[in-house]
Amino acid sequence: MTDLTFSPSPGAAPRSRMIRAQTAYELRTLLRNGEQLLLILIIPVALLLLFSSAPLLDLGAGRRVDFLTPGVLALAVMSTAFTGQAIGTGFERRYGVLKRLGATPLPRSGLIIAKTLTVLAVEVLQALVICVVAAALGWSPHGNPGTVILLLLLGTAAFSGFGLLMAGTLRAEATLAAANLVYILLLALGGVIFPLTKFSGGVRSVLELLPISALADGLRQVLQHGAGFPARDLVILAVWAVLGLALAARFFSWE
Amino acid sequence: MEPLAVAVNGLVKRYGMTAAADGLSFEARSGEVTALLGPNGAGKTTTVEICEGYRRADAGSVRVLGRDPHDPELRTRIGVMLQSGGVPTHARAGEFLRLIASFYATPLDPAALLERLGLTASARTSYRRLSGGQQQRLALAAAVVGRPELVFLDEPTAGLDPQARHATWELVEDLKAAGVAVILTTHHMDEAERLADEVVIVDHGSVIASGPPSSLTGAERQLRFRARPGLGLDELLSALPPATIAKESPAGHYVIEGDLVPELLATVTAWCASNGVMTEDLRIERRTLEDVFLELTGRELRS
Ligand SMILES: Nc1ncnc2c1ncn2[C@@H]1O[C@H](COP(=O)(O)OP(=O)(O)O)[C@@H](O)[C@H]1O
Ligand SMILES: [Mg+2]
Repeated sequence: MTDLTFSPSPGAAPRSRMIRAQTAYELRTLLRNGEQLLLILIIPVALLLLFSSAPLLDLGAGRRVDFLTPGVLALAVMSTAFTGQAIGTGFERRYGVLKRLGATPLPRSGLIIAKTLTVLAVEVLQALVICVVAAALGWSPHGNPGTVILLLLLGTAAFSGFGLLMAGTLRAEATLAAANLVYILLLALGGVIFPLTKFSGGVRSVLELLPISALADGLRQVLQHGAGFPARDLVILAVWAVLGLALAARFFSWE
Repeated sequence: MEPLAVAVNGLVKRYGMTAAADGLSFEARSGEVTALLGPNGAGKTTTVEICEGYRRADAGSVRVLGRDPHDPELRTRIGVMLQSGGVPTHARAGEFLRLIASFYATPLDPAALLERLGLTASARTSYRRLSGGQQQRLALAAAVVGRPELVFLDEPTAGLDPQARHATWELVEDLKAAGVAVILTTHHMDEAERLADEVVIVDHGSVIASGPPSSLTGAERQLRFRARPGLGLDELLSALPPATIAKESPAGHYVIEGDLVPELLATVTAWCASNGVMTEDLRIERRTLEDVFLELTGRELRS
């Protein structure tokens, strides 16, 4: 057995090493978690496969996969940055994990950075899988990849802000219920799979202001129609992002 | 001189009408084990969490390693075991300990620490599938893996079986031998007696007695028994040698101090017999911390 010496030798690891370790840990545990995998990967891919191969819905002119893929990408961002993060962080708070980490040298900012890096890494994985499946279904994307990335990042910021706000203010059980409810509502009402053109004008103009609608519509403008800069959607997402992150920063409680 | 590991002076913390800490003071030194001993709700966790920087005091001064408890530098120098939780339910034991170790510059070897605490076979088991005792030991390992100068252990042996309890005690003794300051809370008086250099007895948010266990219990043996309250002790004393002391504290608990020769025991029991008094728990021994607590508060420690 290795000799254990308990003589004090305090000192923090370099910040970058702490963040790397926390990110690797978060990614590993997330990808091992069946419920999270169902949410972030299996459901989006299943929806893409189901609705692009079967004529279940009238999705308007154009091929179904070209309409569906941007919506499913938006759903993937929401499921990781909002639903998954809210539930995961909510239970970490409930079980005193955030509190315990607060007593280690890992600063809170480092923890937030690690969580953000984890979300981004998962999104890259989701995008890869979704794009490969879509390509196999005959997807032909258009537009500027830079604009697509900007939309995805703004969407991530908006959903993370509200996910963390929920995790940091509600009880874990309430977060679990509310995050799932919001997910289903936004999936149904946010133009992910069912086009917003199905709704009447008044309802539709409200639904268009939802972050999920702005993200799905923005991605569709670019990827399906080759638009240059979906300014209205970008502005809506930016407003949600600033609002969500500011509220989370103000009200998040660690215990 | 080295600063005190912890110096708490006149600490007050209120929650509505309750004062969880009510003018509480104590000191803790490096290379010593300081035990905060008291019943549930005495204010132990509140006090420790103020020292750890989790909660803010309403009044009083608290210095930890000579610093304000909120000084971020302390996070590299102290180790914390919360009363419960603190570990993600999905994390595997080894994975979690390696994560915590990676936050420190020169941590202990996580594998060796798991081995030491008998957790090697559970290293790949997720936290929620560990037994309660294994969960406690993992939290303990996480508190010491960063090689801190000062560790706070909030009820480290609550709910442990005797074997796991001894493993924890041995680890605490090793920490102390290595010069670490250990502050632990407990409501087991035997634990405080066995481990602590300094016992701080806490009740209703204030310190009712403190000192090394031997000075609290005293070296003298006593005759103690329980019987119906209100016995006529003056009459009993007149039958005993002049220097003997007899008292009832609290009601129904009797203590006799003096030269405990066999004749004294015979006299006491004969007196009881002639007065129709049935005694219970008649014993001759040194006071325990349990007795000290009982005398000071009139209540059992483990109620
Ligand atoms: N966060 C809190 N909110 C309200 N009351 C609290 C809180 N923390 C502790 N208390 C109260 O303060 C008293 C002391 O609690 P605590 O410090 O947990 O005692 P111990 O750890 O000795 O069992 C109890 O009466 C408890 O109910
Ligand atoms: Mg407690």
